[in-house]
Parts: sequence; structure tokens; C-alpha cells
Amino acid sequence: MRLATIVTDNWWDIRDLSNVSGAILDALADAGVPDWGIYVVSALLGTLAIISFIGAVAIINIWIERRVVGRMQSRLGPNRLGPFGLLQPVADAIKLMQKEVLQPRSADGLVFTLAPIAFTVPGIAILAVIPWGRNMTLAELDVGIVFIFAMSSLAALAVFIGGYGSNNKYALFGAMRVIAMLVTYEIPIVLSLLGIVLLTQTMNLSEIVLWQEEHWVFLIMLQPLAFLIYFFSSSAELNRTPADLAEAESEIAGGYHVEYSGMKFGLYYAAELINAVSISTIIATLFLGGWWLYKVDELVPGWMILIGKIYAVYFLFVWTRGTLPRFRIDQLLAFAWKWMTPMALLNILLVAGQVTLWEETGWSDAVLIPAFIAINGAFAAGLIVGWVRVMAPKFQRFPTRPRFYSTIDVPPLPAPDAAMTQP
Amino acid sequence: MIDDGAIVFSFYMLAGGSLLCALMVAFVRNLIHAVLFLALTFVGVAGVYIVLSADFVAVVQVLIYAGAVGVLMTFAIMLTPASDRMNSETLFQVPAALLGLMVAGIAVFVAYDTNWDLSNSEGLRTTARLLGEAFLKPYVVAFEVASVLLVTAMIGAIILSREEDAGDA
Amino acid sequence: MPDLLLWTVPLEHVLIFGALLFGIGLYVALSKRNAVGILMGVELMMNAVNVTLLGFARFVESPRPIDGQVFATFVITIAAAEAAVALALCVAIYRHRETVNIDEIDLLRW
Repeated sequence: MRLATIVTDNWWDIRDLSNVSGAILDALADAGVPDWGIYVVSALLGTLAIISFIGAVAIINIWIERRVVGRMQSRLGPNRLGPFGLLQPVADAIKLMQKEVLQPRSADGLVFTLAPIAFTVPGIAILAVIPWGRNMTLAELDVGIVFIFAMSSLAALAVFIGGYGSNNKYALFGAMRVIAMLVTYEIPIVLSLLGIVLLTQTMNLSEIVLWQEEHWVFLIMLQPLAFLIYFFSSSAELNRTPADLAEAESEIAGGYHVEYSGMKFGLYYAAELINAVSISTIIATLFLGGWWLYKVDELVPGWMILIGKIYAVYFLFVWTRGTLPRFRIDQLLAFAWKWMTPMALLNILLVAGQVTLWEETGWSDAVLIPAFIAINGAFAAGLIVGWVRVMAPKFQRFPTRPRFYSTIDVPPLPAPDAAMTQP
Repeated sequence: MIDDGAIVFSFYMLAGGSLLCALMVAFVRNLIHAVLFLALTFVGVAGVYIVLSADFVAVVQVLIYAGAVGVLMTFAIMLTPASDRMNSETLFQVPAALLGLMVAGIAVFVAYDTNWDLSNSEGLRTTARLLGEAFLKPYVVAFEVASVLLVTAMIGAIILSREEDAGDA
Repeated sequence: MPDLLLWTVPLEHVLIFGALLFGIGLYVALSKRNAVGILMGVELMMNAVNVTLLGFARFVESPRPIDGQVFATFVITIAAAEAAVALALCVAIYRHRETVNIDEIDLLRW
């Protein structure tokens, strides 16, 4: 029996879920539903699929965060409920649901309630433009990448609403710091993805995946610096460690969600996980090829491959969370302005040169693409190492006293005794 | 000709919603609520832009207006804590309302009276590429001047809002 | 279904929407006491202008129909720059006068 390796049009061929929805819509059209009804039903079907994915993700990722971070930090993580603690998210959800939702009396009622919702909706809306398969995009926008930027910037407003609506000065401080960070990190995000747009000559996400398929290369190989800049800047946008100072318990007592309890806090928590998954989806689509995986997508459904890649990138996010310590706000902002933005600009210059070379000369792709991979990889490595050599503060190999600023005039300590200079 | 039923329906819904939010900006009694309604107006107007086949301008509108100008206004309100938060009006309410109605009335009259040279096109399909070419070929001088203007505005805003005692020239 | 609504959007309706938004923006800009409130009105007026421009770009015969959208993008850019400078001015005035109430900032009046 031959395995059908080409995606067919049968309605039961789940490698292309648009067959299922197409069959439903055809049945409706045969039953005489008008055009606008078909349109509304198709939008609802796609939205239903995405929201069910989001629901599953919000539950599973709670477990992943806690268990994987725990194992990375040499401790067990949740292990009491179910095998390997797999029922822990259920317990978390029940705990949050049965807690009393406290609202401060002088908090702004409507704004206080609206903030978690306004924080969740842009994160889910990003998933509408992602191609989940060859013709499985809910909203194929020709300006998909700018749509993603717009949704990320709406999240900034939602954070501020939450901080202001709590009528609590720590919440407001946390919210202002978060907004400063979000607005600063939007610039490296936009600039790094601009390199992708220059290479692929399109802002349509499904066409970017098709470009990767056509040229038989993942964009992470052609744009490693853009991937690193985008990864770090979006972990700052998501308020994840190492950039989660605005909501960390030990920093500002919880920041903008200090006054939230019960399921409103649960919605904030779930919204952060959903936003993390949305950004992982964007990275998986733009840099790792989306639903395409070197012809494997003819056997395995494309959307399963994409979900696998999403979780691979999400594991990277969890890995950095479990490993890196937290930054201070001035360290974060300096990192964005002095490191990420100039490196992203230099990356754009290099990519523009490469695209011009590609367009102007007629050299074949088989020669140019490996050359670009090598050049871009060397450029990324060289730029990072060079930037660290030039810009980073010099650190002592055997520090004898803490060094925060190089301009403070600290009187010298007495000479250390031999017991303190252990290598 | 915009004649797809769903699109026509959504245009009237979006336009009506935007006008309602704009009226709430004028009449709600809390300044922060007014700014939030303003951000909602921006999003509604972005929806109207999409109906008018301007998809790139619509997402840029959400990105810049709702995402940045909205945040800027809330920051300005937060940095001026002793100011009037009740969104009250000055003594010029009635003349201002009359003036607003008259200007709108004149514009509507001109809209109905002029013989517009309508075209039968179906709307542009992909505007981003055409916009890029228009920015870099016919309108490149305006584009560069706009970028200089943005740098100047940024420097000006930083200088204006700097603390006085930190000025070491 | 009776033809109560025309199932098209004529250019005039888009222009009416722009005109009404402009009128509301004008009312807000002329009648608010807080300087940030006035700026909200100015931003509403800019949006109304953009709606009108894009309506014309969509409906009116033109040798290069993208020109309306180019103009609208420039309007957005310049409105953002102007909002930034104006709000920085508000903050600077607040630092000196402890108020942004325009009824009380009248040092240059006769």
C-alpha cells in the first residue's frame, strides 16, 4: 500500500485542515446559506480552532513552566498531583477559581476589570495571521508582520490600564517601568524583523514560509543575529526573566498585578503564557520555517510540525528563564539602546547589501545562499564578540569589591588576605 | 464600488462605533477614561481604513496612534498629577459646539454638492509595495524630511522634559 | 428584504463620517480645560482628515491612486511627532506652574 505523500482534498485528510472546513462550508452553501453567512461561519470555525489551541496551551504551559524550571534549578518541581505532576495545572485553575476576587474600593471598576482582557486579546489576535498549513491561514494579511507589531504595542496600553486601575502606587510604578521597557524594546523587534522582510520581499507570513520552502533554507540560518535580537527583545516584551523586574515578587511586590486576585490574576497569568506562545509561534514561523520541514510536511500534518517548533522555541524561553538572573531597569534600557538597536541597524545594512547583490547579479541560489549563511553567521559572531569587547564594562577576574559604577570614587579597601583570593 | 454586504455592514458599524467613542471622549467625566475611549476611537478608525482598502495605513494607525500616542497621553496625564482630572469644559462649550456643528455641516454640504470624479476601480490589493515605491521614488524628499522632523521632535521632546537640575549643558 | 439600506458605501458617507469626526474633534479641542484634553481633540481632527484622504484615494479617479495613502501616512507621522512635542511641553509647563489647566496659564494675556 502506497502512503499518500501528497496532501489530498479529501475531507478526512487532516494534513490540511482546510479540507474539513471546506467540506462544512460547501455543505452550508449547498443548503442555501447566503455569502455573508458562509463568510461568518468560516471565520468562526477558524477562531474556534485557534481558541481551542490557546486553551490547551494555557493549561499545558503552566506545567511546563513549573516542572521544567524546577528541574533546571536542581529541584523537583510539582510532583504530587498525578504522574510527574501533570495534574498540577488543574489544581492551579481550581485554586484560582475558588479565590475571592478582591477589588480595592477606590479602584476604577471598569478599568480594573478590563485590563486583563485587554492584555489577553492582542496575544490571541496575533495567531490569526499565522499560517498553520499550506492554505490554513485564518486571515491572510499582506501586512501580517506590521499587524504583529501593532498587537504587541496594544499590550503596552493594557499593562498601563492594569497598573492605573489598581489605585496603588506600587502598581503604578511597576506599570510605568513596564511601559518604558515595552516601548524601548519595540524598536529592536521592528528592526530585526525588517531584515527578514528585506530578504523575503514580502510582509505576508504565509509567503515568508513559502519563500523558505522555495529556497530550501530556514531563515534562522540566514539571519542568526536577527533571531537573537528578536528572541531577547521579545522576552523583554513578554516580561519574562531575565527582564521581568516589573512584576517580580522580590522587586516591586508584583508590579502591575499586585491588586489582582482570583481569576482576574489567573487571566493575567494565562495571558502571559498565551503571549509567550504567540511570540514563539512568530519565531517558529519566521525563523524556523513554520509548517514546512524539508518535505516531512507531506507525511506529518503541517500544523503538528508547527506546534512542535512552537514548543521547541518555548522551551528556549523557559530555558533562559531558569538560567539567567534578573536585570535592573537601567541595565535593561541600556541594553536595548546601546546593544540591540545598533546591532539590528547594522544587520539591516548587511542584509540590504546582500539583497542588492542577489538582485543585481544573476548568480544562482545554490551559490549565494550558502555564502550568505557563512557571511551572516560570521558577522553575527564577530559583531557580538566585538561589541562585548568594546562596550561591556571590564570585569576583574578576582573581584575584591563590588563594582557598580565606574565613576564613583570609593576609597580602597585594605589588602585582602590570602584566604580571599581563591581562584 | 464597495458593495459586498458584509463589508458595508462592517463599515457602518465601525463608523458608528468610532463616532460614539469620539463623543464619549468629549463627554465622559474622567480624563483617563477619555484617553481610553480615544484609543478605542483610533482602533475603530483603523477598521474604517481597512474598508477603504488601506491595509498598511490601518495597521500603522493602530501601531502608532493606539499603541504609542495613546500611551504618550496617559504618560502625560500621569506626570501631571495635580491637574484637573474631571475632563471638564471651559466657558466656551456652547460656541465650540456650534462651531463644530457648523464646520461639519459645511463639509457635508461640500461633499454632497461637488461633482466628484469617481472611478470604478476595485480598490488596491497590495498597498505596502506601492507605498514603498511611492515613498522612495516620487516622494523621497518628503520622506527624508519627515525622518529629519522625527529626529528633531524626539530631541525637542527630550530637552523639554528634562529635569532642570540635571542640565550640565 | 426591503431596500431600506443601500448596500453600497458611497463616497459621501465616508466624507460625512470624516466631517462628523472633525466636528467632534473641534469641539473637544476648543472646550476642554486640561491641555491633554485639547491634544485629544487635535488627534481626533487629524484622524478625520486621514479618513477623508483615504476615502478620496479609494473612490476618486487618479493617475496614481496610492497618493492618498502616502499623504495619510505622512499625516500620521507628523501627528505623532507633534503629539510628542506637545505633551513634552505640557510636562514642562506643569513643572513650572503646577497646573496644565489652560484657564490658569495666562501669563501672556493683557
